[in-house]
Amino acid sequence: MTTRQTTVDREHATAIAVEARGLVKTFGDNRAVDGVDLTIPSGCVYALLGPNGAGKTTIINMLTTLLKPDGGDAKVFGHDVVRETQVVRQLISVTGQSAAVDERLSATENLTIFGLLLGLSRSEAGKRAGELLQEFGLQDAAKRTLEKFSGGMRRRLDLASSLIVQAPLIFLDEPTTGLDPRTRVQMWESIRRLVSSGSTILLTTQYLDEADQLADRVAVIDHGRVVAEGTPRELKAAVGKATLNLRLANEEDAAGAMAAVQEVLGVKASTPEAMLVTAPMADPDRVTDLLVALRSERIRLAAVSVQDPTLDEVFMALTGDESKGGKPQ
Amino acid sequence: MSGQIVPGGSRKLKNRVSPQAVIGNSLTMAYRTLLLIRRTPQQLFDVTIQPILFTLMFTFLFGGAISGSVSGYLPIIIPGILAQTAITASMATGVQLREDMDKGVFYRFKSMPIARIAPLAGPLLADIVRYSIATALTFTMGYLLGFHWVSPGAALLAGFLAVFAAWCLGWVFALLGVLAKTAQTVQGISAAIIFPLGFLSGAFVPTETLPRWLQDFVNVNPLTYVVSAVRQLLDQGTIGTDFWLSLIGSTVLVLVFAPVTLKMYMRKA
Repeated sequence: MTTRQTTVDREHATAIAVEARGLVKTFGDNRAVDGVDLTIPSGCVYALLGPNGAGKTTIINMLTTLLKPDGGDAKVFGHDVVRETQVVRQLISVTGQSAAVDERLSATENLTIFGLLLGLSRSEAGKRAGELLQEFGLQDAAKRTLEKFSGGMRRRLDLASSLIVQAPLIFLDEPTTGLDPRTRVQMWESIRRLVSSGSTILLTTQYLDEADQLADRVAVIDHGRVVAEGTPRELKAAVGKATLNLRLANEEDAAGAMAAVQEVLGVKASTPEAMLVTAPMADPDRVTDLLVALRSERIRLAAVSVQDPTLDEVFMALTGDESKGGKPQ
Repeated sequence: MSGQIVPGGSRKLKNRVSPQAVIGNSLTMAYRTLLLIRRTPQQLFDVTIQPILFTLMFTFLFGGAISGSVSGYLPIIIPGILAQTAITASMATGVQLREDMDKGVFYRFKSMPIARIAPLAGPLLADIVRYSIATALTFTMGYLLGFHWVSPGAALLAGFLAVFAAWCLGWVFALLGVLAKTAQTVQGISAAIIFPLGFLSGAFVPTETLPRWLQDFVNVNPLTYVVSAVRQLLDQGTIGTDFWLSLIGSTVLVLVFAPVTLKMYMRKA
């Protein structure tokens, strides 16, 4: 991904979908976005990952021309988001956190109106509405007003509304928050399909597995800043070491096992559960020594496993307590 | 959704909306407003129930007291109700605009490549339909009660004047709608404007019966001129100074309030 990005840089700047430099947005005393730089290559899925209130939505609002930045600048396919708002709006579509559809109208009416506004003729807009309702499994509810829709149905209609004309850059603000697991997987499939047909996706999420599953690159946002950026693999590698999990056969061996870990690996182990001892593992070779030591202590194991660092750990390390928060940049 | 889309970097796009798109977008937004009215017909109460109820109520309540008979009062009250319902209907413009701007769908409109003005212009266009319903119903009620106008052409012109005046006043309430924080605020302030404007005019009583100081107010109340102009058209079928003053006054209202409303709206949109 890193190499691909540099090649793209060399080719021409328009292959960059989003380029933001020093974006700032303040609300009163609160610096909601505090100097954010982003470079998003065309054709990728880029995730902004961060806790609630980190500034993700504010970043999206500035990139989508809904909010004027107080500092810095941003370009979408080379077009300034403040000076060329109307061009930028022709290149993007936005699916926000709250379903941006009209509750008092039916699904078909919503889609038809958005289609007409995007310049489709009445018959084209009607036809496109039908196609999208089919695609998103809403055809049975086409004529009902949204007041009778479930949350999931609204989200699907919201995404459908953003896809009447497929934009080169699609913003998805927490696209799967509040969706059931099945609908969530469907949403992921839709996102992958959009990328394969040429769109760039910028999504925000609080779910680390979502970023892990979907994103080519991730920016971890905290307190309005980018605290880490890279591929999910790079981020994991930067923070963590793998974790060694030792599941004990006998509960009373926990203390002995922890002592052995301390002695052989030279790190402090912990027991998150009675029969489980975990320890950060820097050097896999030393695990052999540890297992030999445990054997000689007559500590029996039920299972041994090595766990790669999860984005959760990355996330906690980066956005959690400042004292232990390692910043790999 | 088959095949590849045109890459964002190789599109040739203009950073402005064509005049055709402005008109097209506004008409679509007007269509949307009409759809909303069809979905919630309660929105039409102010332009349906009110003209019917007010005409019946005022005619029989005040007819005898003010003019000695119901038929004698009709030439006074019908133009009055016409103006009164038209301006009350224009009040809803602001309330509904505020409610609309608070809805999630506005978020989408803002990020779409459409004319910024369309979500404001659309409802104002659609309101013409509402004002026309109110005007037509008032005429119908008057006709049923035995009111006769001089000529259908003059009645049509009177109706047009009422609708036009309401539409122009609608911009004042639209500005309120854009500026206010909640729909209730708009409702409250609008009512405080509408009631004195409506009742302290020549709409319901002959102005000669009023105390001197009130007459002064009534004489500067623009609605008085609209009512007089409508009355003259219906009674005599002629166009007088009041007609032109109403027309000019309403136009001035639009020329002042439309740009301010637009500016304030664009600041938020």
